[in-house]
Amino acid sequence: MKLSNSSQLVRFTLVIWAVFCVSACFDATEQNSPVKGVIYCSEGNPISFNPQLDTSSTTSDASSHQIYDRLLDFDPETGKIVPALASSWLISQDGLTYTFQLRRSVKFHTTGYFSPSRSFNADDVIFSIDRWRVASHPYHHVSGGHYPYFTSIGLNDLISDVKRINGYRIEITLTRPNSSFLANLATDFAVILSAEYAQVLAQREQKEFIDIYPIGTGPFQFKEYKKDHYIRYSKNDDYWEHQLAPEMLIFDITPSSSLRLAKLMTGECDAIAFPSHSELDTIRDRVDLTLDGRPGLNVGFWAFNTSKYPFDNPKVRRALAMAIDKNTLLEAVYYGSAVRAKSLLPESSWAYQADISETNYNPVMARKLLRESGIEDGFTMTIWAMPVERAYNPNARKMAELMQNYLSQVGVQVNIVSYEWTTFRERLKKGLHDSVLIGWSADNGDPDNFYRPLLNCSAIESGTNRAMWCNPEYDALINQALQYSENEQRIKYYRLANQILAEQVPLVPLAHAYRYRAHRSDLSGLVINPFGAVRFGDVKKL
Amino acid sequence: MMLTQIIRKFNLLILTLFVLSILSFLLVYLFPGDPLVNLTGLENLSPEAHQKLAEIHGFDHSYFYQYWLYLTNLLEGEWGFSFSSGNPLWREIMQTLPASMELSAYALLFSLLIGVPFGFIAGFQHYKLSDYSLLTASVVGYSIPVFWLSLILILVFSLQLGWFPLSGRLSLLYDIPHQTGFIFIDIFLSDVEFKNDAAKSAVQHLILPTLSLTIVTASIIFRLTRRSVIDVMSSQYIQTAYTRGLSGLQVVMRHGVRNALLPIIPLFGMQFAVLLTNAMIVEVIFSWPGIGNWLIQAIFQRDYPAIRAGMLAVSTLVIILTVCTDLLANLINPALSGDRRAQI
Repeated sequence: MKLSNSSQLVRFTLVIWAVFCVSACFDATEQNSPVKGVIYCSEGNPISFNPQLDTSSTTSDASSHQIYDRLLDFDPETGKIVPALASSWLISQDGLTYTFQLRRSVKFHTTGYFSPSRSFNADDVIFSIDRWRVASHPYHHVSGGHYPYFTSIGLNDLISDVKRINGYRIEITLTRPNSSFLANLATDFAVILSAEYAQVLAQREQKEFIDIYPIGTGPFQFKEYKKDHYIRYSKNDDYWEHQLAPEMLIFDITPSSSLRLAKLMTGECDAIAFPSHSELDTIRDRVDLTLDGRPGLNVGFWAFNTSKYPFDNPKVRRALAMAIDKNTLLEAVYYGSAVRAKSLLPESSWAYQADISETNYNPVMARKLLRESGIEDGFTMTIWAMPVERAYNPNARKMAELMQNYLSQVGVQVNIVSYEWTTFRERLKKGLHDSVLIGWSADNGDPDNFYRPLLNCSAIESGTNRAMWCNPEYDALINQALQYSENEQRIKYYRLANQILAEQVPLVPLAHAYRYRAHRSDLSGLVINPFGAVRFGDVKKL
Repeated sequence: MMLTQIIRKFNLLILTLFVLSILSFLLVYLFPGDPLVNLTGLENLSPEAHQKLAEIHGFDHSYFYQYWLYLTNLLEGEWGFSFSSGNPLWREIMQTLPASMELSAYALLFSLLIGVPFGFIAGFQHYKLSDYSLLTASVVGYSIPVFWLSLILILVFSLQLGWFPLSGRLSLLYDIPHQTGFIFIDIFLSDVEFKNDAAKSAVQHLILPTLSLTIVTASIIFRLTRRSVIDVMSSQYIQTAYTRGLSGLQVVMRHGVRNALLPIIPLFGMQFAVLLTNAMIVEVIFSWPGIGNWLIQAIFQRDYPAIRAGMLAVSTLVIILTVCTDLLANLINPALSGDRRAQI
């Protein structure tokens, strides 16, 4: 009898639970949401919403191409400079004066905190450039007063004047001809701010809001930022270029790379930043995910300290370069996610020289050359391996170990040296190394951004010339290249410079690493921008 | 009699809160760095501003006076500012605490819905196969670490089956303004389109974290109920009821349920404190924007004012809840007084 009543209870309970389960287990996927928007899982918090203030890609990802426009842009496919807010431009014969014709009826964002009364004009350009250029500018010291990109390439000294000719025409005068000037104006950092907004904020005595509550002309306007959680943007309905942008853009701030991938798989993100190299195969295996990769504008290299014996001898350097097999290094360190570097420039640069001669793996020849230069068996040298992970070299330590093995085959003993990153760079700058595994990521599409900081004489002083190599002939060539504005002319000089590099071998270019981005397959139009920040203006979700 | 009970509990509450406030005040001095900065959360002050702030907070007076000012500020909702976000801590806590309470409340509700009925089933059929299998299941549920369970649930239901999202409280596509902090109320109060879809998304986000918490708590509640049912069903008045000719269902409904539940209801309330602790772990795994997640971030970032205020808020909540359930238990069943033991 007891049993029968308890089985009644069992039945009752089960029915209740069945009802619960049926009501709870409805079809549950994020894709069916009626709200249309794109969610991007980004890797961190931006410092501010003004890329002029910071060179970190997290800041420029969140602002450069979403909120702002520049005078000029790079075409992400060809790398050519294309018009943006400047519809056309004119360069004077002497290469010192640049005249920009500005686009008309471009509207700044209308948001809860600012409504513009006029459209974009010359005053905005002058304000945006003078803010970082002129130290006495009322906005120069707002938010710290550091404009690292412009100072590092000396752009503030290069420009002598920015003049308004009329409402839609400005003239920029340089102190010396510089053909990479246009490229610098097209970088992520050279954004155009609203002068009117700045004026309003100055009246409200809230100057610092200009970088926290941004106003620009870009495809999205800023809505809300919650640190460690999200950034919300809404579509700019008055965008001058097109109306393709999704209604909403959200950056879901997710520092862990595996969590980003998990969210991509569940559809909580439509695209993710920096998938880790070990996860790439997982993404490739899934039909609903797409992995885009393309060679980035970077180079990983092995630099010799040419100020030290015996590395001051080009013959020794060439011999060492011959002793290593680049292809194996690419496989083992980059897992095939990089292309073999033949010169400083990656293939996507317009100045890339396809027929360049490079040193090939030849241990027999290497040994012979070493003996000829008086290097005997058992010679010991150091390879400094950088302690941090970078796209251009994800594992310098492992690479150094592989090279240790190759070099021992030609009778050279290698000690691997590594310090904490800050110490490492300090000691490197002092030239305490024999050779170092390090690299460079460029900020704009101009070849000068590789040739100058890496190997020019004055870069020894500023600490980016890891080879401590100074060659006046080379310096003259890269300076001459900047005197011309036609690419065909400049390529001639860079070819000559390449020739010197091939003879002298101050460094051995190893790899140009790919940049990766993963997104759900129903998202289209997300093109990897090799020249910097991510762009969502043309993205479409099916 | 009842009134003295209430007054005694109330005194206990006040006294405990008083001790807690002293402890949190001590933290201002025990954390590394300038006590004034730890107290206010305002960094990089100019010397003049520092001086002024020190005067406001009575740093030129005795510790007792400082504590008195601290207490007044606490009561006025001025808890200082967070290092990392620069926002008032009171506001941040009021935004995150409801999320944790909501999660714990649903988990408790579901634990009761699972634990109590199954407890009755096992209790009626004790020492039979169904009892043993439920008991075994409860031991498993009880001993699984909650973080591990969460990860397994994510692996199966989010990544493999793709049924449920794995992070957050609501799809970020829905922009629901913060009003009460309880997501369903906020959705109801908001004037967004697609309220139903937003609510649906909120339910989907709620299922996995709730389930992770429910399994552990439900096991405990199951065991409490089962023990109580066994005790009651073997008591003499139940046997008497049978001999009076009542049917099985009548006996259970009239005498069994009430008498079995009465002694354990207060113990259910106490599970809420355990639940809140587990919820803090689950929050981190599911990126749930609750107080647990917030506190962990504060610890990572060495945000001392936030750690102090967060701990004060959580412990205050736990103490208030404990005292309240205690009081409630006495109201329901005045026969209970003094210490109780739980048997699970």
